[in-house]
Amino acid sequence: MPSALHSDSLHLDLAVLSPLILLAAAAVVVMLAAAFYRHPRPVMILTLAGLVVSFTALFLPFLPQGIAGTASPQVTTLLVLDHYALFFIGLIVVATFVVAVLCYRYFGGGESRHEALYILLLLAALGGGVLVASSHFASFLLGLELLSISLFALIAYPRFTEHPLEAGIKYLILAGFSSGLLLFGMALVYAQLGTMQFVKIGTMLAAPEGALELYGLAGLALIVTGVGFKLALVPFHMWTPDVYEGAPAPITAFIATVSKGAMLVLLLRYFLMAGGHQSQSITFALSLVAVATILVGNLLALLQNNIKRILAYSSIAQLGYLLVGFLAFDQLAIEAIAYFLTAYFVTMLGAFGVVTVLSEGFNGSAGEFHGAAERDSDRLADYAGLFWHRPWLAGVFTAMLLSLAGIPLTMGFIGKFYIVTAGVEASLWMPVITLVIGSIIGLFYYMRIIAVMYASGPEAAGEAIMLRVAAPSFAESATLAALVLLLVWLGIFPAQLIDVLGGTVADLT
Amino acid sequence: MILAALIFIPIAGGLLSWMADHWHPGAAKWLALITAGIEFVLAIWLWLQSASAMALPAHGGWLAETRAEWIPRFGVSFHLAVDGISLILVVLTAFLGIVSVACSWTEIQKRTGFFYFNLLWTVAGAVGVFLALDLFLFFFFWELMLVPMYFLIGIWGHENRQYASIKFFIFAQGSGMFMLVAILALVFVHYRSTGVLTFDYFDLLNATLSPSTELWIMLGFFIAFAVKTPIVPFHTWLPDAHTEAPTAGSVILAGVLLKTGAYGLLRFIVPLFPEAAAYFAPVAMVLGATGVLYGAFLAFAQTDFKRLVAYTSVSHLGFAVLGIFAWNPWSLGGAVMQMIAHGISTGALFVIAGILQERTHTRDMQRFEGLWSVMPRLAAMGLFFAIAALGLPGMGNFVGEFLVLMGLSSSSSVLASVATVVFVASVVYALALVQKTFHGENKHGWQLHDLSGREMATLFSMAAITLWLGLYPQPVLNAAPNTANSPPAIAVTRH
Repeated sequence: MPSALHSDSLHLDLAVLSPLILLAAAAVVVMLAAAFYRHPRPVMILTLAGLVVSFTALFLPFLPQGIAGTASPQVTTLLVLDHYALFFIGLIVVATFVVAVLCYRYFGGGESRHEALYILLLLAALGGGVLVASSHFASFLLGLELLSISLFALIAYPRFTEHPLEAGIKYLILAGFSSGLLLFGMALVYAQLGTMQFVKIGTMLAAPEGALELYGLAGLALIVTGVGFKLALVPFHMWTPDVYEGAPAPITAFIATVSKGAMLVLLLRYFLMAGGHQSQSITFALSLVAVATILVGNLLALLQNNIKRILAYSSIAQLGYLLVGFLAFDQLAIEAIAYFLTAYFVTMLGAFGVVTVLSEGFNGSAGEFHGAAERDSDRLADYAGLFWHRPWLAGVFTAMLLSLAGIPLTMGFIGKFYIVTAGVEASLWMPVITLVIGSIIGLFYYMRIIAVMYASGPEAAGEAIMLRVAAPSFAESATLAALVLLLVWLGIFPAQLIDVLGGTVADLT
Repeated sequence: MILAALIFIPIAGGLLSWMADHWHPGAAKWLALITAGIEFVLAIWLWLQSASAMALPAHGGWLAETRAEWIPRFGVSFHLAVDGISLILVVLTAFLGIVSVACSWTEIQKRTGFFYFNLLWTVAGAVGVFLALDLFLFFFFWELMLVPMYFLIGIWGHENRQYASIKFFIFAQGSGMFMLVAILALVFVHYRSTGVLTFDYFDLLNATLSPSTELWIMLGFFIAFAVKTPIVPFHTWLPDAHTEAPTAGSVILAGVLLKTGAYGLLRFIVPLFPEAAAYFAPVAMVLGATGVLYGAFLAFAQTDFKRLVAYTSVSHLGFAVLGIFAWNPWSLGGAVMQMIAHGISTGALFVIAGILQERTHTRDMQRFEGLWSVMPRLAAMGLFFAIAALGLPGMGNFVGEFLVLMGLSSSSSVLASVATVVFVASVVYALALVQKTFHGENKHGWQLHDLSGREMATLFSMAAITLWLGLYPQPVLNAAPNTANSPPAIAVTRH
């Protein structure tokens, strides 16, 4: 950057960075507010306001004479806030908003002291935002750790209950392990190339004599493995069902969407900028992983009787479908990934949202846990005949499951169509056929849940069912309704979103 | 506009009757009846718009067309058009829509609003399939109609409904995924040679494919259509789904959903992949002939009234497959006629099964016997439609089967003579149906009401159509594809 314009450019840089800065500021403000006035309601409202403000800041570069209109999206070598990053920061912020709304009643509403939760949520969102904007190993690790550390605490937030604690420890070990692999991988890449900037790695590899040597290749493989743990790709998926089952339902929604989504977006950027696809062996390994992920995810889901575990395996399989797009890797494929990921966000938030709304939740803080639920309402039997006594919730859940199965009128259909299109265009027959077979297997367990919900009545369960008695709060209903409307609207008229994604991706490739 | 209306009227009507049920119990069925009635009137009106009321334009003679942008990124448009074959299938769908509302009038007692919602949405999906000329749109409707049908079977079905509905859904949806891949492969082959990304039927008709590509892509389509039609060995979902579905579900399944498969063979497989279809035709025809015999023999072995009728569908649709792949004027006319006649006569048999089940709470023919003395009107109707199903001259099914065999004998006399054997088998199962159910003495002491006015009206109108199809089949035959203007004469490639 020219030094003569230093202060000016600093000013511009700050404007460009404003979405992330505002997220960080929101976390600080919420923390101070909680310190002086410990009451969850204003804290939650402040959190939501912070998210809204940060979301608004995303549109700064699009103002005609905007303050950031002339700035380059690259802020230092660490972060790049191009349209691609802005789109996914937006997605993360919206997802965090939904999760925050869902958390409020679940963690006891106004009666309990769960203010710290919102600080952690904001920090996790900030971590996700840094991840999708990072263009350097340092910022990559920074974002990742911010996200992971917030998540340990979030998962184990009901700290007097067994399952969340167990899940928290599992996640801690897994995250530590994958960070270690990532760090080692980065070190190896650095050892060969002497740079940690994605773009520089890309240009060095694109040079005629530049190819990854053993060091670099091993480094790349370790990075992919580390990311693979986070994305729960087979064979790095073992932790997913346990953590999904143990974590509080709204936090599970957050792990499934923000944490996975941000990692995938980052991996995509790394591959694009640093030319990861030039390595044949990595591509080959990834296609094996994709095939294994689709098959294993779908097959293991067949055996489950717990909704959260089924959704966990389903999310493994969905990531496998995304990898098919990842392998195709051209303009169309990246659009496909972006669309599929958006659909996946909406669907998973909706599905876990229903589980949240139906669960009693963990009300109260230290010492007040008596009377709170031991677990979420997540057994298949809890959902028996749901349609007949909670038609709207069952309807929302049905829509989400049909979207995961890729049935028309939902975003999931367009997303799967997009991915298959990208795969066929790139003639990836093996992964595409696996995807087809995987989705046929997938139908079985989605339909199984639906069949249970539409079975004759609660007596069909044959065992005690655990379901929240109270009707959902207005905020919960409104959130779920908005998600369903979005799911159906963008499933029927996807053209608008596709246009946005087209512009987003165009400046990346 | 009228084409879009044909799809949106049942969609809106379905939503309306669902909501109406909350405000005024009992309103749902009236709204559904009105919706199906409007749909039928609209379809008939469209028919009367064609050049001459009694001569439908042939395949490819487009009566009306609508096109609107939908997803420009993929070259997908909301493209609907109607020619003779589409129109007659839409008329059939609308008619069976009315029939299925009528036959559910007293049968469906719980969740009526949601029932009619699903029923009308299935109708909307099927009409969409018959009208869509954009492959994406076609696939969209193809998958869409399965979900409400799944609910019809899964919620209002009989004892084994869960198993049957999930099996139906997985078969239909899974085979559809193969078609999706095939559609995309076709689109991208076309894109690579022309640089135009489009899902439009007319553009893709001109796609040039290498023989092996063409065969693979055709097989992707074929699997989806073979499951729906159904073609042996992809038929195993059918007896379960038909047997377990509520009456209206069975009527729509047999009358409409199976036709979407045969329609797909007619509209897409042969015109889009003429060479591959010609190459594959012997296999398809052998499968069709196998289905004709296999369905008839299995039908004979059933004791469940609905299951018996379900297996006759496999047999009858086998004729349609034979007719389509023989691809000459007679066989195609016969195939179309068979589709329509089967829709009416099998639909009527399912209505009769539904009436029996509603009154006796069983479908087991061993528990019937001697019903003629108790319910003479129903028994007479049962005899009429059983005879129609066995192919008595003067009824629609005869015309269809006769023309198919006539056309087939010019291309493969062996298969034609094999398929002719079914005339013996079908007499056996049809008469066995009548004898076991209606003849003999009333040993079980049934005391049942005979047909009500509503049921009489339903069955009489279906009987009248069957007779009309048998006595004056020309309008339907005109709607069949005209082989003269179809790209290659595939019959020529065979001896």
